[in-house]
Amino acid sequence: MNDAPSNNTKAMTRVTHKPVAERRAVVVRFCGDSGDGMQVAGAQLTYTSALAGNDIATFPDFPAEIRAPRGTLAGVSGFQIQFAADEVLTPGDEVDALVAMNPAALKTNVSWLKPGATVIVDDDAFDDRGLRHAGYDANPLEDGSLEGFDVLRAPVTSLTKEAVAETGLGRKDAERCRNFFALGLVYWLFGRDMQPTLDSIEAKFGEAEGGAVAAGARKALNAGWSYGETTEALERSYIVPAAKLPPGRYRNLTGNEALVLGLIAAARLSNKTVFYAAYPITPASDILHHLARQRAQGVRTFQAEDEIASVTACIGAAFGGAMAVTGSSGPGIALKAEALGLAVMLELPMIVIDVQRGGPSTGLPTKPEQTDLLLAMFGRSGEAPMPVLAPAGPGDCFDTMIEAWRIATRLMTPVMVLSDAFTANGAEPWRVPELSELERIPVTHPETPPEDGPFKPYSRDEMLARPWAVPGTPGLEHRIGGLEKKDGTGNISYDPANHQHMTDTRARKVENAQALIPDLEVFGPETGDVLVLGWGGTFGACREAVQIARTEGLSVAHAQLRHLNPFPKNMRDILGNYRHVLVPELNSGQLSAVIRARLEVPARSLSKVQGRPFTVHEILTRIRELCAGETTA
Amino acid sequence: MNKPDIIPEPMPADYATDQEVRWCPGCGDFAVLNQMRKVLASIKAKRENTVFISGIGCASRFPYYLDTYGLHGIHGRAPAIATGLKRMRPELDVWVVTGDGDGLSIGVGHLVHALRRNVNVKILLFNNRVYGLTKGQFSPTSFPGQISRSTPFGSVLEPLNALTTAIAANASFVARAVDTQADTLSEVLHRAAAHKGSVFVEIYQNCHVFNDGVFEYAKDKKTRADHVVELADGQPMVFGANRDKGLRQKGFGLEVVSLGDGVTEGDLVVHDEQAAEPTLAHLLAAMRHPEMPEAIGVLRAVERPTQNELMGKGDAPMKTQEEADRDLETLLKGKDSWVVE
Repeated sequence: MNDAPSNNTKAMTRVTHKPVAERRAVVVRFCGDSGDGMQVAGAQLTYTSALAGNDIATFPDFPAEIRAPRGTLAGVSGFQIQFAADEVLTPGDEVDALVAMNPAALKTNVSWLKPGATVIVDDDAFDDRGLRHAGYDANPLEDGSLEGFDVLRAPVTSLTKEAVAETGLGRKDAERCRNFFALGLVYWLFGRDMQPTLDSIEAKFGEAEGGAVAAGARKALNAGWSYGETTEALERSYIVPAAKLPPGRYRNLTGNEALVLGLIAAARLSNKTVFYAAYPITPASDILHHLARQRAQGVRTFQAEDEIASVTACIGAAFGGAMAVTGSSGPGIALKAEALGLAVMLELPMIVIDVQRGGPSTGLPTKPEQTDLLLAMFGRSGEAPMPVLAPAGPGDCFDTMIEAWRIATRLMTPVMVLSDAFTANGAEPWRVPELSELERIPVTHPETPPEDGPFKPYSRDEMLARPWAVPGTPGLEHRIGGLEKKDGTGNISYDPANHQHMTDTRARKVENAQALIPDLEVFGPETGDVLVLGWGGTFGACREAVQIARTEGLSVAHAQLRHLNPFPKNMRDILGNYRHVLVPELNSGQLSAVIRARLEVPARSLSKVQGRPFTVHEILTRIRELCAGETTA
Repeated sequence: MNKPDIIPEPMPADYATDQEVRWCPGCGDFAVLNQMRKVLASIKAKRENTVFISGIGCASRFPYYLDTYGLHGIHGRAPAIATGLKRMRPELDVWVVTGDGDGLSIGVGHLVHALRRNVNVKILLFNNRVYGLTKGQFSPTSFPGQISRSTPFGSVLEPLNALTTAIAANASFVARAVDTQADTLSEVLHRAAAHKGSVFVEIYQNCHVFNDGVFEYAKDKKTRADHVVELADGQPMVFGANRDKGLRQKGFGLEVVSLGDGVTEGDLVVHDEQAAEPTLAHLLAAMRHPEMPEAIGVLRAVERPTQNELMGKGDAPMKTQEEADRDLETLLKGKDSWVVE
């Protein structure tokens, strides 16, 4: 099944001697202090689950604070993963197995548990101090409040210390191995191969502290597994068979990683060099981090002095003929607004990535929201339209980047891409495309002046795109700027009729993107009671809710809108085929408002603004209500 | 085109566009524009390799009047636009034209960072100590007491000094010139064009509509010699209509002394543009009329690595299409992929 580069030390595929039961899908959630390494544990379980052939979806859920006070509710960091033998669309509404490293982690996550779920706690952390920090009056492990769950009180801290004692690690470093103990226990519970993680430990820690850190992590992982095998509290482990993924080469990718690969691929396909300018901001910074490592691929990154400098540096780079890209989150996109108006006016291609987070203002920096749609579409002075795309999940970020660059260069326009914290940090298996599957992006720059007169920088082709003449080309010297300009020559013009013409032209040019984008596709019946129309990171929850509703016999279909501006050509027709159009959005109804205004379709909003993704159940409930009762909009 | 073998010497007029220059008649900007065209012709600048970038303000109309590549940007952001362009197109000669509002108020954040990065662009800041295009508000370089439309009772705040700001940002080339002083302006622009690294030139520019005569002390042929010191590298700092005054070190500062009575040129500070520490340049930049003569000419010209030299070291070498495709395939595959049959 896999040919992943494996092990130098063919250590051990340890096999359990206890009974093994089969499950089709399992949701695991690690939670602990921000410094407890929960994201590392989650990423490792993700990787090994993918290698085992499961389909997966993940949801890293962490606080904005780097290290909140230890043991407090504010500092709890979580990582949820669903792995399954069938297609997985979401990280799961409810948790089958919760790992809580301290009382605060238990308290903040107990509400996610499925009835009968397995709860693994670090019993050592449930002392008076830990309980007090979490605000527990009584020990929840002893007061009966966890009745109905399968609670495993594992002395994680003390067993970890014992396991790593001979490595010579100090107390603090020893305690930092607790996450690997917990991971080892989870590996036992779900029959995971430990070798990939042992290899990762080697690669990551190597010779740190004379190899003691790697040795400690290894020993803790093995100790966790052994604990699962020997403790009488666990009667059996579980196995989730491999999913039937389409054949091909796969790897795990987060949304931000996929964006980066997509940008580099788009540059290659168009024979361009990526210039990525950005200012650090959660949750977009990882794009900068990943790109900064890709110098060998020709990528040039620029950490600017502020958001405005990053987008204006892009304007300079684009003027020079580069593939200019900037990325940020809502607050940064707001700061870029004036410059984006200039980019629209200059009609230069570039990509603008908005990894949306909770707002307004600083808001919820690490939490997902879709509240920047109207900002992306309209948030500039004057009328400054630009195409807006939204990837349907982590893997789709790759294709979205290529498509965004194709549109940007074909139409000579900035293109906005709306990701979100959920999509950016979530991971899923991604089928690695062959280069031959990817269509080249033809980009040309005029090289000689026209024979019939001076070069006209604002002359237009059949799509209304202007020529991308770059400095260094003799005979094509020209000046562009933010003042309104005469169509054709580009000279400053205050002529009223020309301004009307240019405003209309800029709008029509963006509308022309309709010719470059595919029709809206429907999953499910072509007509019916309800069409669930989602966009961006809500894809999985929408699709899964529709799948379940259809097994219940409901007349419901799903469409994922990847193109928010302009809408696909067939969109109005599609929407007209259903009694109700339901638009689930992590905002207060922004897309549904645009649909009502532009298509005059009475779309219904399902709104949620809590810094959390939709659960499948929330969407399913609304579908059932619409199918059951309400007959007209 | 008829005689391809003969490349004519470029003339200043070759750098003019067909666009009507829309500054107020008598504006100091005309003088700078004319000098710029002369300098471009003199250095035989290739029009296709020359780019002028500006922000917003009267000065920022500059690119429209030069038949090179040009970009008229948004308020204050020209240095950032130029930084992006220069990073990707190091072979271009990039000039930034800005003003005291554009460069020292809304855009000062970009200005200092372009200078500290030593981006190889030439930044010309036209300082008229007033907002002109918005019709007469005080600017960050206005002096206390200046009556403007937004300070009807007189400005009360300390101005920002353009040159000490640039020096604080470790600018590698810092100079000052006066719009109508053709000789020094020409020399400074020639030196600016030749400098490798960030150039910052403050040009005193008269706005005769909203702030007329603010630089008269430095412009008036009769008085200027007593109010400015024209810098010459390696030379003692002598000034005055009769060349009878000079600058001498006093404590950590400078003082004006009269030559004679035992004071000789040997007692005066000798200009050193290339001093590694910008202490002298700072003292010269801080001299303010009327207490002190103001420095005209090149205050600082040092060599240090440019942004492109530093960042360009990591740039990937050119690859063939096949190499690049193969590298991309390796990248996409990653280190942790697996195959599903």
